[in-house]
Amino acid sequence: MSPAAAAFKTDSKLERILSQGDFAVTAEIGPPKSASSKGVRSNAAMMKDVTDGQNLTDNQTAIVRLSSLAASVHVKEAGGEPIMQMVCRDRNRIAMQSDILGAYSLGIRNLVCLSGDHQSFGNQQTAKNVYDIDSIQLINMVRRMRDDHVLLSGEEIKVAPPKMYIGAAANPFADPFEFRVLRLEKKINAGADFIQTQCVFDLERFARFMELVVKRGLDKRVHILAGVTPAKSDKALRYMKTVPGMMVPDSLIERMAKAENKEEEGLNIAVETIKAMRQIPGVHGVHIMAIAWESAVPVIAERAGLLPRPAIREETAQAAPAEGKKTAD
Amino acid sequence: MTEEHKASLTVVAMPTDCPTCAAEAEKAGIVVGNGEIAATMEAAVGLEAGAAGAAGVDGQGPWRPKILAFCCYFCAYSAADLAGSMRLQYSPDMRVIEMPCSGKTDIALILEAFEKGADGVYVAGCLEGDCHFLKGNIRAKKRVNGLKKLLDQVGVGGERVEFFNVAGSQGPRFAQIADEMTERILKLGPSPVKKAQRAAYAAAAGGPTAQTNSEVGAK
Amino acid sequence: MIVAEQKPIAEIDRLLEGAKKVLIVGCRECVTVCQAGGEKEVNTMASALRLLWATSGRNPGAEILTETLERQCEPEYIEQIVKVAGEVDAILSLACGVGVQYLAERYPVWVVPGLNTKFAGGALEQGVWTEKCGLCGDCILYKTGGICPVIRCSKSILNGPCGGSHNGKCEVNEETDCAWQLIYDRMTKLGKVDRLLEIEPPKDWSKSRDGGPRKVVKEEIRI
Repeated sequence: MSPAAAAFKTDSKLERILSQGDFAVTAEIGPPKSASSKGVRSNAAMMKDVTDGQNLTDNQTAIVRLSSLAASVHVKEAGGEPIMQMVCRDRNRIAMQSDILGAYSLGIRNLVCLSGDHQSFGNQQTAKNVYDIDSIQLINMVRRMRDDHVLLSGEEIKVAPPKMYIGAAANPFADPFEFRVLRLEKKINAGADFIQTQCVFDLERFARFMELVVKRGLDKRVHILAGVTPAKSDKALRYMKTVPGMMVPDSLIERMAKAENKEEEGLNIAVETIKAMRQIPGVHGVHIMAIAWESAVPVIAERAGLLPRPAIREETAQAAPAEGKKTAD
Repeated sequence: MTEEHKASLTVVAMPTDCPTCAAEAEKAGIVVGNGEIAATMEAAVGLEAGAAGAAGVDGQGPWRPKILAFCCYFCAYSAADLAGSMRLQYSPDMRVIEMPCSGKTDIALILEAFEKGADGVYVAGCLEGDCHFLKGNIRAKKRVNGLKKLLDQVGVGGERVEFFNVAGSQGPRFAQIADEMTERILKLGPSPVKKAQRAAYAAAAGGPTAQTNSEVGAK
Repeated sequence: MIVAEQKPIAEIDRLLEGAKKVLIVGCRECVTVCQAGGEKEVNTMASALRLLWATSGRNPGAEILTETLERQCEPEYIEQIVKVAGEVDAILSLACGVGVQYLAERYPVWVVPGLNTKFAGGALEQGVWTEKCGLCGDCILYKTGGICPVIRCSKSILNGPCGGSHNGKCEVNEETDCAWQLIYDRMTKLGKVDRLLEIEPPKDWSKSRDGGPRKVVKEEIRI
């Protein structure tokens, strides 16, 4: 199907934007290591008009933070469009389904399903991990809750099934490279509506990945948002190069090292990357992960020519059924 | 080596769990097994043993250590013989146990030597690459190094055990190792296992070894 | 086999605090093979404890006895030490956790573990053992080319690999192979990589430990 043609699956604003064929912009907000909602709310207020959705990470790198569910509610209250992330590391299928029902009841309409970083990276290294289900199984579970009105066990959700717009991750920089596209296809088959990729520094490899994606026709079945991370220094780039599943070309590190104003150069690189990605067939948007540098998001969006953000157009809004049954796919 | 240095000439340790070896050994009238080696050790280093390491602190002159050397028949043991024929003078405080290979030296056996009163133990095997059983010496060395840690943990002290490589032709090196090890153990004083002797030694020396390793392993 | 390794001697010393007569019991099965609790290790442990107590002055006059059983996971072998077990006030088992429990169930004395039981695995090379089986109770190795993702993937992912697979290694540890890279390579070699495109559904963990302690009954051989 063409994503824009069908009736909408959810009330998600992000779904509308992507469905009307606009180049979408999402950004990441890292919840704090405290019980304060301040930062999340101010970031949401800052981002709500320059992005179409804001990802709330779920204890990223296995560091305990304010929950993604609560943070999503704060974003919602601040006028944003929360995209709640959920990892398989910390909850079993019971807790996950429960949180999904709860999140939906609180007005959250987007859910990104992830494996999650292993706890050995975080600040609770002696934790027992769960991994009851994996990210692909989670995607499928959320899709079936939405479209088939059933829990994972097959039990029916008789009233008010959660209708989440389902996101997933793809990492073009992890191995085995050839299998990455096939695994993306598995995620689409499981029910992913949109994909946010690992941050892209190596445009060449990303383009190769997208070529395979387009060749298999996957860009017609899912919306791909390419990940972008502005770096503040060459040191930050060097660090990211060492993270498993990330690739940073040396030329980029050198360029950054030579720059006089490194933050400015970091923004320049991010803007150039977005402009380049827009030219790559199959890319439907960008996902800006300005880790601990959220203020960079409006600047990048502005300079990359992504503003103003498009409105939801009436005709597509009307096309949305109020309480749609499973849509054709 | 001199007769005095020999713990026993009749003991050849062989794997007790190998029926072929055991049968061959029995035919040849050779004593096999850790038990027999242990008995020999006892004679060599036991507290009641006379010659080596006569407990000087009991009032018979300065303290002398009891040191046991597990020597591979093919190298160190021959080197010891060579040292004897060359009339080299070396430490009178060590006793040699002949092993079919340094790799046969069981960790449990070395521990037992310390239990029986040895102040130091070393294992001597062939030069690397020359082991008659290919890697026996390399294995022995690794085990001895591993044992150092355990000896630290149980309060004996890892420095009381060592591994050396010696070729059969190296008589002088054999003598040098014996002296070197004796020197080391003399500095360390009596084994912490022998509390009374250690206390007497410390009192006599007024000195450095009064601290035992009693704290080790306490936590 | 069950792979185990010895607890630090200082910990064992603490576990045996105050014991005047200790029986160390080894096992001739798995822990003999992985050199953690066989006859040799029993003797070494006995010596090490005696030396520790001699040098530290703790447990003065304590006596250590040793036995090594054919197996510590069957009642008839446990029975073989009935006499000596009655004479001691502590038993140190150098078997896996199974053996410790058999001894504790049979004898009314203080039974303590001398080993940490690690995993079901095998030898990689002399002196190196590696985990292979997650004992999940519902084998899926036929789906994954004979490589177990349940235990060999750090996240037990059944539709792997995750985004942390890098140069064939796991994100958790550079020394650990990515199980899903191994699975992918093997399925490719076997010409069955298309099978990995099927979504593996959530696992039925009720067949694993999550269903509560398990029991296997083979009715026809019961007496």
